[in-house]
Amino acid sequence: MTAYIIRRVLYSIPILLGVNILTFVLFFVVNSPDDMARMHLGMKRVTPQAVESWKQERGYDQPLLFNTSVPGFAKLTHTIFFQKSLKLFQFEFGSSDSGRDIGYDISQRMWPSLAIAVPVLLVGLLVNISFALLIAFFRATYIDFWSVVLCVVMMSISGLFYIIGGQYLVSKLLHLVPISGYDTGLNAAKFLVLPVIIGVIGGIGAGTRWYRTLFLEEINKDYVRTARAKGLSERVVLFRHVLKNALIPILTGVVVVLPLLFMGSLITESFFGIPGLGSYTIDAINSQDFAIVRAMVFLGSVLYILGLLLTDISYTMVDPRVRLS
Amino acid sequence: MRSRHKAGSGTLRWMLLWVGACLLAACRGSGWNNPYPVSESLADTLYSSFSERPKHLDPVRSYSENEYAFIAQIYEPLLQYHFLKRPYELVPLAADRVPTAEYYDAQGNRLPVDVDSEQIAFSEYEIPIRPGMRYQPHPALAKDDTGAYLYHHLDPAFVDEINTLADFSETGTREVTADDFAYQIKRLAAPWLHSPIAGVMGEYILGFTDFGKQIAAQNQALQMEGDRVSYLDLRPFQIDGVEVIDRYRLRIRLHGKYPQFVYWLAMPFFSPMPWEADAFYSQPGLEKRNISLNWYPLGSGPFMLEENNPNLRMVLAANPNFHGEAYPHEGAAGDREAGLLEDAGKPLPFIRKAAYSLEKESIPYWNKFLQGYYDTSGISSDSFDQAIQISGQGELGLTDAMVEKGIQLQTAVNSSIFYMGFNMSDPVIGGDSDSARYLRQAVSIAMDFEEYISIFANGRGVAAQGPIPPGIFGSRSGPDGINTVVYDVQNGRPRRKDISVARELMRKAGYPSGRDQETGKPLILYYDTTASGPDDKARLNWMLKQFEKLGVQLVIRASDYNRFQDKMRNGTGQIFMWGWNADYPDPENFFFLLYGPNGKARFGGENASNYSNPEFDRLFERMKNMENGPDRQLIIDQMVEILRHDAPWAWGFFPKSFALYHAWYMNVKPNLMANNTLKYKRLDPVLRSRLRARWNPPVIWPLGVVGVILVISIVPAVLLYRRRERSAAR
Amino acid sequence: MPQFVVLWTDALILLLVVLALGFARYAAGRPHLRGPWRRVVRSRVGMGTLVVLGFYLVVGLLDSVHFYPPASDDDISGQSAPGEVMSLFDSLVPELRMRRETTYSAPLATHLYAKETIELGDGTATRGFARLKFGGAHLTDPAVEKTGDLIRLSLSGLLKGVAFSLVVGNLILMFLAVRAGNSFGTQAKHVLSGRTEVPWRVVLSTLGLMFVLIFWSAELASKYHLLGTDKVGEDVFYQSLKSIRTGLVIGTLTTLVMLPVAVLLGIMAGYFRGWVDDVIQYVYTTLNSIPGVLLIAAAILMLQIYMSNHENEFNSLVERADLRLLFLCIILGITSWTGLCRLLRGEALKLREMEYVQAATAFGVGHLRIIVRHILPNVLHIVLIAVVLDFSGLVLAEAVLSYVNIGVDPTMDSWGNMINSARLEMAREPVVWWSLAAAMLFMFTLVLCANLFSDVVRDAFDPRLRDSR
Repeated sequence: MTAYIIRRVLYSIPILLGVNILTFVLFFVVNSPDDMARMHLGMKRVTPQAVESWKQERGYDQPLLFNTSVPGFAKLTHTIFFQKSLKLFQFEFGSSDSGRDIGYDISQRMWPSLAIAVPVLLVGLLVNISFALLIAFFRATYIDFWSVVLCVVMMSISGLFYIIGGQYLVSKLLHLVPISGYDTGLNAAKFLVLPVIIGVIGGIGAGTRWYRTLFLEEINKDYVRTARAKGLSERVVLFRHVLKNALIPILTGVVVVLPLLFMGSLITESFFGIPGLGSYTIDAINSQDFAIVRAMVFLGSVLYILGLLLTDISYTMVDPRVRLS
Repeated sequence: MRSRHKAGSGTLRWMLLWVGACLLAACRGSGWNNPYPVSESLADTLYSSFSERPKHLDPVRSYSENEYAFIAQIYEPLLQYHFLKRPYELVPLAADRVPTAEYYDAQGNRLPVDVDSEQIAFSEYEIPIRPGMRYQPHPALAKDDTGAYLYHHLDPAFVDEINTLADFSETGTREVTADDFAYQIKRLAAPWLHSPIAGVMGEYILGFTDFGKQIAAQNQALQMEGDRVSYLDLRPFQIDGVEVIDRYRLRIRLHGKYPQFVYWLAMPFFSPMPWEADAFYSQPGLEKRNISLNWYPLGSGPFMLEENNPNLRMVLAANPNFHGEAYPHEGAAGDREAGLLEDAGKPLPFIRKAAYSLEKESIPYWNKFLQGYYDTSGISSDSFDQAIQISGQGELGLTDAMVEKGIQLQTAVNSSIFYMGFNMSDPVIGGDSDSARYLRQAVSIAMDFEEYISIFANGRGVAAQGPIPPGIFGSRSGPDGINTVVYDVQNGRPRRKDISVARELMRKAGYPSGRDQETGKPLILYYDTTASGPDDKARLNWMLKQFEKLGVQLVIRASDYNRFQDKMRNGTGQIFMWGWNADYPDPENFFFLLYGPNGKARFGGENASNYSNPEFDRLFERMKNMENGPDRQLIIDQMVEILRHDAPWAWGFFPKSFALYHAWYMNVKPNLMANNTLKYKRLDPVLRSRLRARWNPPVIWPLGVVGVILVISIVPAVLLYRRRERSAAR
Repeated sequence: MPQFVVLWTDALILLLVVLALGFARYAAGRPHLRGPWRRVVRSRVGMGTLVVLGFYLVVGLLDSVHFYPPASDDDISGQSAPGEVMSLFDSLVPELRMRRETTYSAPLATHLYAKETIELGDGTATRGFARLKFGGAHLTDPAVEKTGDLIRLSLSGLLKGVAFSLVVGNLILMFLAVRAGNSFGTQAKHVLSGRTEVPWRVVLSTLGLMFVLIFWSAELASKYHLLGTDKVGEDVFYQSLKSIRTGLVIGTLTTLVMLPVAVLLGIMAGYFRGWVDDVIQYVYTTLNSIPGVLLIAAAILMLQIYMSNHENEFNSLVERADLRLLFLCIILGITSWTGLCRLLRGEALKLREMEYVQAATAFGVGHLRIIVRHILPNVLHIVLIAVVLDFSGLVLAEAVLSYVNIGVDPTMDSWGNMINSARLEMAREPVVWWSLAAAMLFMFTLVLCANLFSDVVRDAFDPRLRDSR
């Protein structure tokens, strides 16, 4: 098992390296450091000298890949690639183009993201599975048919509509929760209620439908038929057998997304003014703060790979038959 | 049965508790939707917002409105604009009086005040500093019992524990002296601080540029030693033109005559900065923890930055060491009637705290303002009709809904211009040829800015007749001020020329019906813009419509702000829209946008349309150093006439700013020059709390309806369930 | 003679249509492919949604034929700039395109929604709700006449619609009768009682409904702004219709542009295994692990820079917007092809162990030949399902990307752009709801149909799930 984990971890290194090189090419080909400097120095009265020293201050004045002006090994290390891209492997995100420490900001902003993402995931899971079980119970009746139709209908509505509509109705017309914003500690609850509800509702359609398929697949297996034939009540069959066995794909499906919860939700966060990592990313895109975007790309990739790793491990733990190959 | 009953009562109790808590919250003057903690609802706190975290709070670097909202309250420059008086008048702030210039010739002989400016080699300002000002409590000034600075030699292990400035337990203060002002001017010159005005000051202050070079070399040497921890102490170095006479007197010498210099003294660039700040913040490790002068200011003003969390909120709190200032006794005509002098003589500031929440978008801000959770608001064009109605006589007024809430309105024409520029170095639309000039004039007529103002700014603007906004010296109102190239005069009012005139100009320019006379190809013009947002689409469509009127096809080249600036800098743009916000109330600050030697493409100046007309440049140089008066007006009129004829800009419009504020918010008077007006504001928190509760009753019945629907929908399911269960059991 | 212009996406749409037709011919001759399609065609939901999708498709295709309108020299009526690219769809509905008001007006309104300064005859001005230039302009006193006029127009539209659907319905019935060799009456009875193999009753009723809707809206739209106007007075109904093409392009071309890569790499990885597999897996895992939005953002920025450096290559707005759309498709494709690739790899792994493939290998048949003859045909249904399944998700994704300003060009009509501007409109008081509602309605209908249809297709092609029903 340990050997397997180590092997998997080692395998993720070349992938991260690939991500790293790709982002480097994308970001430093697209925008030269000169462009960044001018943007960040503001619009009034920018001189070429200011641009130069801005670059120098942030280490963008070095050559991209190979530095001929320094001796020896430093030829490779005194480059933007080494300083800005490879340093990410040490989780040294450096400072953003506007001068703040990215690592600190990330550590601050991941909590609001989690405060939304975790409840959405848990409540969503609970709601979706309950609905799916209900539908599975009523399979092949009109309730089943219309529930599936309802699911498809809900899936077909753009998530933006849930957000815009929900905010308009609940905050503006009904005065039930603050329109947007965030606070620390317990005060955060009133800001989180609406985004969480909207997140859950937005996910009901696809989630319920997916779990229903899982359950139906399970229901049609032989052991369930046997159980039913033994005279067990439908409820017992569903909970004891179907749910229990369907939990494996459900849990592994959840494990994959666990690490990505940190990244937060782009749209929800920026719409509700929640200072999480999602809105952090959006702001960085809008203000073209490439240092942050780069850091987030790398972080996202790391978390994604972590998710894959966790999935594999949880698979082998839940179902020892899965070969460790 | 028994146990079920118990469980039921448990939930009931919980629900009662929850409802009780909510009611309690409602009684205490805050709805469910109060975004602030309930405990704050009666505090003397002003609520506002910021949409983007300020990049620099260091007064030598900061140069944008959103940053000034903070630092102007924290730092005190030498001068300030009088809060109430109009036209704008400079009054002393950190200085004891407004300094006047003394003029000297090249030999150092004193010259009379009214001497011809060409003879003046130097001007000198002697500035007395107000004694008794003290800095806000700050760890950089904290000393131990022996008088040594506590935090100037931090242990790296200690630094690792620090996350915000509040983690330093001790603070200290000291008096502001003339040295601190001189120190700040040295910082303006420091190349590594990139002060945006270093270039301008270098032209005027004696020895400023040399000083910059000198300390740059010193700094370089320091870096070369590899001793990265140390910083360059600027105190031993001197700028020739800046002299500290004694503890409370400062002398600044300038090249030539520069009457606009005093305006600069009212900007935060000229506020005091203790050397301790640099010594403290430059310690290793602090910068990395975002502890720097850019994030934690150190000032002597009425407020200090208590909390700086740009991810959430920034809080200004009253500075306990503030030297005190009184609300002005006199104002402009009408101020007394408007109740603006009721607080005359009372000590400033009135409010104890100002909390700025991060608010990225205008919609939530506006809604929260209406709910009473922000004290003041601008009006976006989308909420205009909701807030403002215009009477039959064309007078602006608030709508009944606003009046009912006790909201009040302030309007002012901004000292800024929003214009459409033509790149004069462009081969098609630029240049001095008649053809290009006709083309520009035609476009100027076709661009119906009155409609633009009406659609996109709801009439909050005045179509410009020239580059100078009303309220700035040199601007003319009435029939004399009308741009006859674009407008006809009708009943003494400007009326945009008919589109047929523009089409005729197009014909004269060689593009009848928008096609090139010689090649027969349609004329294609390019509009460079940074627009890409949702609201911009409407704007771009409108632009296309304007050019369609001439039969010209407009190609929109949208790009990010970076690229846009690139194009401007390289002079590869063709048509663009840009704005300018006055630094100070003087026509020079607008005309220099068209001054040839300021050409953006060739000289990197602010003249984005690269306009260059020798006659205009000559007049500009004369006008620049003149005192306001009829002579200056005459020259300005000539300059405006040249510009109108050449049409390097389609003149665009001067935006008007509308501000709304609630009944509990007092002492509001728009002041376009002063940024430090927070100290004059007064609040009535009791009224605010009452009104908030009245405006935000939670509407609960829909929740009940949803619950009932859920219950009802469960019934058939339960019935079916029973049936299935029975049939399965069978 | 109009001069036709073929934009990049037009060409690709053409290619897609050709491919689809080619595939249909190909599938018709092969029972294992024909079978599932027969199941699709026999499903009521499948046919009903197919008809609706058909209408969307027709609008999208009409909107994909671009040309320069024939230029007349002295035409500067201010309506259309010379040399502006138009589509066939535009030329079919000139009145929708041309009739611009100055700003917002509500659906079917006769007055503007925002107050404007109205100049009175005597030189004074007042502020009020001005009459629309086009919406309900034929009425002299809207307050009195409007309701009657609306009812009259609606009735006439409904009648025309019913009449037209009757004609079309009877034509189809006749055709069916001839083909089946029945008399018209029997055939009609069969169809109406739902006893035909293909659910013609559903097809006919959906068709009828659509025709009635179309005639009704056409009748109203000829005199009013059916769905109101937007901030600069453009007809929202027109925008919604124009957005159909954008939605369809994003939904289909995204999968299409990356299809060759995904198919080739997926099959290669599964078929060759070994280091080829390793490399391909590495490539798609790497791409997959980058958050899609960030990759898209970076790529769109790159495109903007390319465009500003090569301005001269884009003569018209339409071309610029089109290239951005294409690029968005490509980059969306890059972020989404990996799933398909993985599926294909798995399938190819399975297929290469099949006896006939083993046999072919033993006979020394070349790899390429095996792939083309034996593997490709057997994974086609996976590709098809992927295309259909991805469609609705991509249409929804477009809206989200536009919110982040990395979607389609802001000058392009798209539901995403409409929803995006609706965010500002929802804050107005009184609220401007019709842009949002219109975009949502059109998008919802399309996505719902696509979802339902894709369910049917998947059920038809995936026997495992079919049996579980």
